[in-house]
Amino acid sequence: MKFAVKALSSGKARAGVVHLGSCPSSIETPCLLLSTRKGLPIFISPDLLSSLPSPDSNLLQFSPLHLEGASSTLVSSGREVSKRCVNIGQEARWGDTTPNFDSSEGPSPKTISSIGGLHQMVGLHEYGFAAVARDSIQCLPECGSTNKTGASFETPCGRRLIKPVEYMEMITSMKPNLWATLADEVPAWANNKRNKTSVDRTVKWLDECIARSPLLLKLVGRGGQNRVRVNPIGFRVVRAGGAVFGSIVGGSNIEERKRCAQEVAVRNVSGYWIGGFGLGESMEERPSLLNAVTDNLPKDWPRMICGLGLPEEVLQGVAAGVDLFDSAYIYHLTIGGFALTFPLDRTEKIDYNYQLSDQGSDRTKINLRATVYRKDATPIVEDCCCYTCQNHTKAYINHLLNVHEMLAQILLEIHNTHHYLGFFRSIREAIKEGCFEQFQKKFVQSRREHLAADVVSV
Amino acid sequence: MALRFEVLGRFNRARAAQLTLPHFACQTPLFMPVGTQGTIKGLTTDQLEEIGCQIILGNTYHLALRPTSELIDELGGLHKFMNWPRALLTDSGGFQMVSLLHLADITEKGVTFQSPVDGKPMLLTPEESIQIQNRIGADIIMALDDVVRTTITGPRIEEAMYRTLRWVDRCIAAHKRPHEQNLFGIVQGGLDPVLRDICVRGLVDRNLPGYAIGGLAGGEDKDSFWRVVAQCTAALPEDKPRYVMGVGYPLDIVVCSALGADMYDCVYPTRTARFGTALVPEGVLKLKHNAMVNDTRPIDPTCACMVCKNYTRAYIHCLVTKDAMGSQLLSYHNLYYMLQLSRNLHSSIVEGRFVCDFLQKMFPKGDVPEWVCNAMDVAGIDISSCCSS
Repeated sequence: MKFAVKALSSGKARAGVVHLGSCPSSIETPCLLLSTRKGLPIFISPDLLSSLPSPDSNLLQFSPLHLEGASSTLVSSGREVSKRCVNIGQEARWGDTTPNFDSSEGPSPKTISSIGGLHQMVGLHEYGFAAVARDSIQCLPECGSTNKTGASFETPCGRRLIKPVEYMEMITSMKPNLWATLADEVPAWANNKRNKTSVDRTVKWLDECIARSPLLLKLVGRGGQNRVRVNPIGFRVVRAGGAVFGSIVGGSNIEERKRCAQEVAVRNVSGYWIGGFGLGESMEERPSLLNAVTDNLPKDWPRMICGLGLPEEVLQGVAAGVDLFDSAYIYHLTIGGFALTFPLDRTEKIDYNYQLSDQGSDRTKINLRATVYRKDATPIVEDCCCYTCQNHTKAYINHLLNVHEMLAQILLEIHNTHHYLGFFRSIREAIKEGCFEQFQKKFVQSRREHLAADVVSV
Repeated sequence: MALRFEVLGRFNRARAAQLTLPHFACQTPLFMPVGTQGTIKGLTTDQLEEIGCQIILGNTYHLALRPTSELIDELGGLHKFMNWPRALLTDSGGFQMVSLLHLADITEKGVTFQSPVDGKPMLLTPEESIQIQNRIGADIIMALDDVVRTTITGPRIEEAMYRTLRWVDRCIAAHKRPHEQNLFGIVQGGLDPVLRDICVRGLVDRNLPGYAIGGLAGGEDKDSFWRVVAQCTAALPEDKPRYVMGVGYPLDIVVCSALGADMYDCVYPTRTARFGTALVPEGVLKLKHNAMVNDTRPIDPTCACMVCKNYTRAYIHCLVTKDAMGSQLLSYHNLYYMLQLSRNLHSSIVEGRFVCDFLQKMFPKGDVPEWVCNAMDVAGIDISSCCSS
């Protein structure tokens, strides 16, 4: 993986370029990682992925926990037991070794290796995968059950405790382009003691993960994992094992955030994954927490974050110098039947034509279940060149939602992804033009104005 | 009449033809995926074109409920509404009578049943069915028939058959768009050859653009099933398409094609996909089964579809029944399989080879079911090389 900062705006916001081995083109940052489930988008089938703008849409988020390997362990009532994950709706059968039952287990790490890794398994050879244990949609950190042996997550298959050794087994077999080390994330209201423990643990697990990474054993050789990098510029990491992103936590404590960042900054990693956000901190306290991290990280290495999903939250991340974002926003919009409509045009004209159908909407998105769209034969957004807007009408999607047809979610995920990628493009343009701070202010302000106007008009 | 039907090749009773409809020129034998509510579950129109789908079936009953035929008409017809440039067929709504029979009351006037949406009584007359279908705008529309399950016996079958003929006349009279939409009549009569014969003659007298064989695929035994198909195809005109409704399994399609039928529809491929079952030359493959967990082979190594070219059974296994993507990918494969089967039937009839390849793959031990052997006998096709006995 190669990364370089190309432009700065307002001090910290940066526009950069990341190049991953599997992607034919470089990807500009700040950029959005598309959410996946088991490596494929939730609704957009692989042959439709190519209709999204490229290379913007070529970076995908992935959680190894989605694939239940045979070696997974499950925590229940304090005991650790080895278990196979059976179909949702079926009773868990402890110690079941019956060979012939229906299951929904993922392929084992050994099988994934024999297939050739994640890219081969999901048939997306020219895409980049960023593997992170946490996934804001399905794999939520559950700090109450996390202990010194591993990190606990709530998943569709129940609560899972994942140890660094298991995590690295999955990473090694999957070969993502880049991956975050295992972290102990705590919510914003965690007490200081727990928070401090999470920082110590995260750093410890970082070292463990790196030690078990086949990639770095080769590069580091003797001397261990705490070697200080002396010449970061031009340092190239090109292996199937993938680039390591060191995880940084610290909850809502500025000092702990700083401490963790400083610890990770001296580790031999290729980038930084900033965890623990989107877990209860407020919009107001977030910027200083983000800055406490990014101020203590080398500028030349990419920063990735999880949990900043809404546009305003993304802008906060960009302002603090974050480069890569994964977001659950598109997923939640999609399953709610919403389509993004906020203007991407950065020219001075503030308002677009107010339509009757905007009543009740917040000018950011429309709810396509609303009966007002029953006969609306126009696309979601005029001039949008996504597959959905080029081929289908609001009326059709309204119908699909009413009759509970899967095609509705497919079409919405396509449009929403396309639109949000456009938002990221606007961000990059603003940075390159040196006016990011203005862009952020104007965006946030206009959203507030619309909400205020709606309140008055009711 | 708004179609042209041209036979391009024959193999005894089997025909390969070109069926030219207002929206698309189709090749038969063909399989029609069922897009009940104006969409094939989980697939886009682009993908359907990509896999070679020629004609889709829409369900009048469901579309009349939501979003209503008036709305579809107002927005320019179903083709425009769902953005499907190729051909469409709508059924009459009659089959739902059979499915919802405990709620239905069938009289000479029509069928009353309770709307499942709001409980209001709905009356479906032949006239109303045709009007709805006129508004929806499909290339082929079906006459409302009095459908009776083949598992029923007694005078009800005869009553239904005669009523079907009377209703066809009402459908013809009500049809406002004969130059854009082709009205097919449906042969009823249960498993009784005498009744079937009367019905066929009656429909042929009305000189319709095409004919369907209805009332089958409802649980009758295979032996009775093929005999009814054989009798009807023998008596229906050579120069018009024959549509066996609700069929079906790949094996059934092969047999019916051998006997001279041209068009088929069934929910089976897409429905079974959602339960994790893939269609393969050997029969079916249950992807949910534990044995698939680490199987790195494709679903079908001989299949050229996007799913078989890119994915292993192991990966599909972890998706099916849990993730929407699993349904999508399997539906894609299953439909591709059915459409490829149709293409193979067409080309193999034209090239003068037929059937044996298919049977050998499905029954490698030579244990071809007896009903298939009997049907092929009548069809005049020698399958001795496929049978072990």
